[in-house]
Amino acid sequence: MKEEIRLMKGNEVIAHAAVRAGCDGYFGYPITPQTEIMETLMELKPWETTGMVVLQAESEVASINMLYGGAAMGKRVMTSSSSPGISLMSEGISYIAGAELPCVIVDIMRGGPGLGTIQPAQSDYFQIVKGGGHGDYHVIVLAPYSVQEMNDFVEDAFDLAFKYRTPVIILSDGIIGQMMEKVVLKAPTPRLSNAEIERRYGSWASTGSKRNGKSNVITSVNLDSLQQEEFNLHLQRKYRTIEKKEVRYQEFECDDAEYLIVAYGSSARISHKCVELARAAGIKAGLLRPITLYPFPVEPIAELSKRVKGILAVEMSMGQMVEDVRLAAEKQIKIRHYGRCGGMIPSPNEVFDALVSLTKED
Amino acid sequence: MKQEIIIAGFGGQGVLSMGKILAYSAVMQGQEVTWMPSYGPEMRGGTANVTVIISDRPISSPVIHEYDIAVVLNQQSLDKFEGKIKVGGILLYDPNGITRPSNRKDIRIYAVEAAEKAAEIGNVRVFNMIVLGALLKILPPMLSADSIRNGLRKSLPERVHATIPANEKAIETGMEIVQKQN
Amino acid sequence: MLSNIQNQEQPVYAKARLLTDKVMHYCPGCSHGTLHKLIAEVIDELQLEHKCIGISPVGCGVFAYDYIDIDWIEAAHGRAPAIASALKRLNPDNMVFTYQGDGDLAAIGTGETIHACNRGENITIIFINNGIYGMTGGQMAPTTLIGMKTATTPEGRDPQLHGFPVKIADMLCHLDGVSYVTRQAVHKPAAVRKAKSALKKAFQKSMDGKGTSFVEIVATCNSGWKMSPVAANRWMEEHMLKQYPLGDLKDI
Repeated sequence: MKEEIRLMKGNEVIAHAAVRAGCDGYFGYPITPQTEIMETLMELKPWETTGMVVLQAESEVASINMLYGGAAMGKRVMTSSSSPGISLMSEGISYIAGAELPCVIVDIMRGGPGLGTIQPAQSDYFQIVKGGGHGDYHVIVLAPYSVQEMNDFVEDAFDLAFKYRTPVIILSDGIIGQMMEKVVLKAPTPRLSNAEIERRYGSWASTGSKRNGKSNVITSVNLDSLQQEEFNLHLQRKYRTIEKKEVRYQEFECDDAEYLIVAYGSSARISHKCVELARAAGIKAGLLRPITLYPFPVEPIAELSKRVKGILAVEMSMGQMVEDVRLAAEKQIKIRHYGRCGGMIPSPNEVFDALVSLTKED
Repeated sequence: MKQEIIIAGFGGQGVLSMGKILAYSAVMQGQEVTWMPSYGPEMRGGTANVTVIISDRPISSPVIHEYDIAVVLNQQSLDKFEGKIKVGGILLYDPNGITRPSNRKDIRIYAVEAAEKAAEIGNVRVFNMIVLGALLKILPPMLSADSIRNGLRKSLPERVHATIPANEKAIETGMEIVQKQN
Repeated sequence: MLSNIQNQEQPVYAKARLLTDKVMHYCPGCSHGTLHKLIAEVIDELQLEHKCIGISPVGCGVFAYDYIDIDWIEAAHGRAPAIASALKRLNPDNMVFTYQGDGDLAAIGTGETIHACNRGENITIIFINNGIYGMTGGQMAPTTLIGMKTATTPEGRDPQLHGFPVKIADMLCHLDGVSYVTRQAVHKPAAVRKAKSALKKAFQKSMDGKGTSFVEIVATCNSGWKMSPVAANRWMEEHMLKQYPLGDLKDI
């Protein structure tokens, strides 16, 4: 394998990127619209090349616990699913966060609630960014907005997961998952040997080796409340570091913007086109696209809120991320939301109309 | 130069793969491209469509509300997309199965008798390649013949590479038989 | 005679080397302690100390990792076989076993148990069946006997209301991925010896890649059963072993 340019679906790229990122194991369960990830892996047969394990589990509950096990032994493990499957994984995600283990979870969102629809949506922002599982925890959330970023964020996610010993979720939707774009696949990073895993993670990982006579235990239970509180405070200190160091975002045409659109993932693509339409119509519009949803780009939004006349949050939901935009804004300005839901995708001109009505308020 | 194209028809007509070959040809030519399908229940025999955007600059939204070119292969698709073609844009259709042709005066309209021709050749599987040939003929000159040949090779799995000559021939046929209607 | 017993050169009994000095939290009379000792001995005798990962359950066995000095992973309720599957696949040189009670394995974790066995994962599942939820205070388990009184069946288990006691070991015998199914107990010296050799065989099969091994230990919960340890052992023999008879169920 070497670096190469391909035309691929976002979902297919996740599979290729996992193999090339030195992933040790993928465990998953079929659910539309992300099943191409596991199908592509089964076609790639990485167990014959890199030795990567690929296993179709009996449920999302089993998949996430396979991740818990793999991560506990210091392996680079990942799963993928879509909204209802992620609901089932919530228990496991909480345990993984509580045991401070690294893993990567890809969520290709579809419309809910319930069985909902298999069409694209962004209605699980609260679930992913604000928790989902029980307990005081966060996961790092990356929101790719192109097929190339679907590729790049897989390795980034593994790096962040191990840097902070935390689950990292790549949050995307059926648009990016199902669409094809040009993508540059990077030259592969080899998987770590067991000896290297022992060297890097031997201080905590339950590899079975009981190195130097010291046994490791991975657990999230502590019946002593004082100790459990101390552990929670330790987690919080880690989250403050992540909030300080790992915020990622991108701005388009924000320098002279009078109106700001905030959107992530596929909504940011649609909103980018809306900015083009607005500029052509003489409206000074800009786009801020959060790349990390947790940690959220609070400061840049706070800064821009002092300069612009209004903010439009665009999401394929009935208004979830907009709450974080409101919390981030420092100045009392108009903050509106535009969204479609249930699998309906807003077109750039719909977003443009919403932007125009914002400019016409007061 | 940017072209925003919708290809729409019945599931099984090869709409998505036609779009994929077009997109891969553009990649071969170093262009930016997005290929965005409708999917889901529609895949099974209902209507299927794919939006392909080809551009020499980065593409913002893969989701668009109006098109430079619409390729329609059944009446439902014509009804759905006829009104979304930009003024001065292009409509390409196969008259087979069309009961109510477009009467828009502000667009250029082309027809390709692809279904009839494929039946005549005796290989209905090259139907979508004939349509693709017609599309390439009327598309502004963005893609070289070499890029298209490479795109075809890249997008077809190796096990069907034996069909490439027949497909290339069908593309040429499409280029020959496409006719302007207005 | 006495001097022979005290002779350090030829001990007739010793604490298992891999048991820690931590005082066990189990109730006096509980079967867990005996079983922990057997597992510690088997790991040592098979020289698996530096290859072994145990998965502890949610239930009284949750802190098993405090007592046997090897690498451990503590699982969510019922999920141990899924965790074990991943561990063994990611590193086939490891010895991987789960340690689960009847609520964990036969109620909330039935799916994970059946599918790990069906895939023939080269792991050992140790199943402690005492017919009751011990840790949460003596509620009905799927394995609770008909007529048995628990905190959630105060009038005794009524099959009309609560269904029947599940014989999970018998069910697993039908799965092609399963190599060894046995039901043992640890209430008497002879039974302890048999249980130990069953565990040893199961661990050996896991390392030899023969498929899944399943060792059920019919156990007492004298606190949950509200009996003295001696009475609990007697009651187990008279009632539990009728429903769950001891012996090998499958060995291929």
